[in-house]
Amino acid sequence: MAENSDISAEARRTWMGLLARVPHDALEDAWTKAALSPKFEWLRRPEVGGVMIQGRTGGTGAPFNLGEMTVTRCSLALQSGPIGHGYVQGRSKSAAEIAALVDALMQTGSADQVKDRVIDPLMRQMNDTKSARAAKAAATKVEFFTMVRGEDT
Amino acid sequence: MYVAVKGGEKAIENAHAWLAEERRGAIDVAELSLAQIREQLSLAVNRVMAEGSLFDPDLAALAIKQARGDLIEAIFLIRAYRTTLPRFGYSVPVETGKMACDRRISATFKDAPGGQVLGPTFDYTHRLLDFKLAAEGEVASAPEALPRTNPTPHITEFLTGEGIIQDEPPSDATPGDLTREPMEFPSNRPLRLQSLTRGDEGFVLGMAYSTQRGYARNHAFVGELRIGKVEVQMDIPELGFAIDIGEIELTECETVNQFKGSKTEPPQFTRGYGLVFGQSERKSIAMALVDRALRWKELGEDNMGAPAQDEEFVLSHADNIQATGFLEHIKLPHYVDFQSELELVRKLRREAEERVTMKEAAE
Amino acid sequence: MTQHAQFSGGFQNAPVDAAHAFRAAMTVMARPGKIRELKGVLPPGPLSVATGTLLLTLCDQETSVHLAGRINTSEVRNWLVFHTGAPITSAAEADFAVGTWDELMPLGSYRIGTPEYPDRSATLIVECDELLPQGSTLRGPGIKQASHLSLPDVGVLQDNARLYPLGCDFFFTSKDKIAALPRSTQIGAGD
Repeated sequence: MAENSDISAEARRTWMGLLARVPHDALEDAWTKAALSPKFEWLRRPEVGGVMIQGRTGGTGAPFNLGEMTVTRCSLALQSGPIGHGYVQGRSKSAAEIAALVDALMQTGSADQVKDRVIDPLMRQMNDTKSARAAKAAATKVEFFTMVRGEDT
Repeated sequence: MYVAVKGGEKAIENAHAWLAEERRGAIDVAELSLAQIREQLSLAVNRVMAEGSLFDPDLAALAIKQARGDLIEAIFLIRAYRTTLPRFGYSVPVETGKMACDRRISATFKDAPGGQVLGPTFDYTHRLLDFKLAAEGEVASAPEALPRTNPTPHITEFLTGEGIIQDEPPSDATPGDLTREPMEFPSNRPLRLQSLTRGDEGFVLGMAYSTQRGYARNHAFVGELRIGKVEVQMDIPELGFAIDIGEIELTECETVNQFKGSKTEPPQFTRGYGLVFGQSERKSIAMALVDRALRWKELGEDNMGAPAQDEEFVLSHADNIQATGFLEHIKLPHYVDFQSELELVRKLRREAEERVTMKEAAE
Repeated sequence: MTQHAQFSGGFQNAPVDAAHAFRAAMTVMARPGKIRELKGVLPPGPLSVATGTLLLTLCDQETSVHLAGRINTSEVRNWLVFHTGAPITSAAEADFAVGTWDELMPLGSYRIGTPEYPDRSATLIVECDELLPQGSTLRGPGIKQASHLSLPDVGVLQDNARLYPLGCDFFFTSKDKIAALPRSTQIGAGD
């Protein structure tokens, strides 16, 4: 298979998932700031497609098809050898390209640098957004009290 | 019989040019950006994504702008676009139990573990027009509290242990896909749910309301309603494992329905299920009620002959793109058909008049 | 380097190249016996250029592929899955089956469709040493008088044609050449 044997599937799953979910402008900002421009060749040029999302009846039962989402993907090989795959939500060919380049670089000696400049800041940003929403949700938590019918005190 | 017409190219071109001008409206009013539609008309965007059956807020915003706010026209645009996309595959079923909930309420369990979280709801507003919104102004940010870090469990989980509510056993059966194979009857629950989740909100709402008014009443309570984000995973063959390919907002509704038992099932609570793209609360509750009504056969209930129990009726008429396509085509040129109808009516009238004259002459 | 090979060799300009390839595949199927060039893809061995190009043109996630005999290597499987997403399957379930004639046989293993859905049948892609416009005489739809093609086993293919409207369809490939034989063609012995 494609992955470098000393990179765990779990680690790769984490960064690829992050790259798929982050807003495209945030990804492009982080990439621009990282100022990396590795040479590569395309294995599969960026293409926009659909993925059918499945749910389960009752949340836990049999799968059913819920509807599609847009996804852009591509694959490339760095001149130094490693292969990167990019999968991002939505329709951005440049975001898919960055995702594939980051995926490839994370398999090279530049991994620490890329993690530092791209992955970690994006991870922090996503977590901040998520906890800000969770904090607002927490502020709307209610305790309802049931009243006895006819009670007038 | 269909007969082609030709001509009219110039008029059609001019009509489209005028449409574009009308779409823009008065040019001394600022033009709407897609980001404004996406952020400030997000529930319209959600409806277009749900019924267009494609999760992509930017595209839905574009469709709404192009359709001048006609949501069914916007849904039509999205459906047409999605047919052009190559299908990369099917996701792993989303885990709504791991949803990061913005909202999570239960009408049946006051002390639901995980708590009742109202979220950004219209409930408990007074439905009075807020004229402050007519003026521009800063919005204060909403208060915050210590966030929950653990996932919020499904409320029905706490009942299934007792066997008092009908179970939803997990399965890995491959569901049918309406976008690949046309619907055939009798159908099955996964196909019904796919059809309902992309069905017209107004139609599904009307069907659900009919069950509440007594046409196949099923005594539904909202056991749980949750809105929030879930991660979407897909197996990537070239990697050999699944990764997140994105994150989507969903509304999930589980109803708990009173059930006195039937020939085949013991007395227990039964369930209806709604799951819809975006924050689409009304739609997902309605979907759950209609899902429950359509389950009469598997639960051994009687067919009351109610519209909401008739899957052929419900599923064949739920899709607003099919419906509007067929409905609106009758306004397009049908001159030749109508000429023959006209001839027929004239002939019948002539014959009727002749009969009257002959009768009068005979008397 | 083998890692790289799994991901390489696809169409350079997929929309245009695949359209040309599709046109070639359609032409040979519509004109049984006609031999055309088919290239644009560099598949891993032992797949021929024509077979590789045909697979990338016709297959996707919804078409299952059976790889018979020598070509059923992990290299070929990984290459095909990356470029098409096609599920690899058994002969009995396949939409497409690939191999040499001997490796693909017996023909009875493949789906022939049903009277309601004759299209739910397998298409066999047969790797040949060479393709020549000589040998068996072909007649039927798409053929003006008669055409000629070097076929691997006339008896078996005649039996298949007798199942019409059911039965399998065939592509024959050799290096960068392709020809086809639909089930609707009647096959006579050599001239």
